[in-house]
Amino acid sequence: MSDALADWKPDVLGVAGRVLPVVTAPDPVLGRPGAEVDPMDPEVVQLAADLVATMRVSPGCVGLAAPQVGVSAQVFSLDVTQHPKTATTHGTFVLCNARVVEASRWRPGREGCMSVPDLTGDVKRAGRLVVEAVLPGTGEAVRIATDAFEARALQHEIDHCAGKLFLDRVAGAHAVYQRKVYL
Amino acid sequence: MNELAITVIGPDRTGIVADVAGALAGVGANLTDSTMTRLRGHFAMTLICTGPTVEAVEKALEPVSADGGLLATVRSVPPEADTEPVGEPYLLSVHGADRLGIVAAVTRVVAAGGGNITDLTTRLTGPLYVLVAEVDLPPGVADDLATALAVAADELGVDVTLRPAESDVL
Repeated sequence: MSDALADWKPDVLGVAGRVLPVVTAPDPVLGRPGAEVDPMDPEVVQLAADLVATMRVSPGCVGLAAPQVGVSAQVFSLDVTQHPKTATTHGTFVLCNARVVEASRWRPGREGCMSVPDLTGDVKRAGRLVVEAVLPGTGEAVRIATDAFEARALQHEIDHCAGKLFLDRVAGAHAVYQRKVYL
Repeated sequence: MNELAITVIGPDRTGIVADVAGALAGVGANLTDSTMTRLRGHFAMTLICTGPTVEAVEKALEPVSADGGLLATVRSVPPEADTEPVGEPYLLSVHGADRLGIVAAVTRVVAAGGGNITDLTTRLTGPLYVLVAEVDLPPGVADDLATALAVAADELGVDVTLRPAESDVL
């Protein structure tokens, strides 16, 4: 199954992605659990391409979930290849209906979010992670084992798909910060 | 020994902490617990001190607040009671569109459920209002409180999460 992810490229979707506006909190779509999707549905395929396109034009963006473009669905794109905290990386990909099946080595870290542009927060996330999901366009099931920053980013995006923000997981009353540096 | 509760607030500038701490040290006020932060351009300090009288500290702080920029209050408080926390630590997050009464409504639900708020921060950024609180809960009430909070959050149009606070002992 891991080969399916290695072979997967956004071109597989066969449609051009559109750059969509990113919604910010307190837009209610961000608090709504996303629906499971049919990975072969042309609308889901288009959404997958749109997420990649929007992620690519957004400076510093390493992942983008469907609720962040106003669609309440369990789809997100990810690409942490350029991030300095990345160890393992699976390149650029889009996942549908992703589930965490194993999580360990919990570590705190500072997170920001395009949908909460003015705040960051300290959040504990698993540093070792296994996720199962299906790929848009092909419908192939994949199992992804990863670590470090890719693991953190996956958990952040899976949370978006469940209607949760990093604000729902911050470590304490003094673990939310006004953002000082913008990319 | 006198125990004093002191608050100082005013427009932020360089040197407020040094000025206040210096004035307190000058009259032998021992600064024990404190929290100091900047809120929307105002620097706010809440301090507990032991040592001198209320009058002595008020006089010591007069030069600090003489230009009218800082407002200081000093009062005598009873010494800390020996109360061990009996609750279990939880974290509460609330976020949503800013509106009047979010803190009032949410904290009323927490109080009605027997929860004691031990720390709370709010932030307003653009239209987004965020509240994060640390709450001690009596054993066994968390599920009912989470349900009550969900009802209140729905009425307020905000999202709420209640979860156990983790404490790693090393």
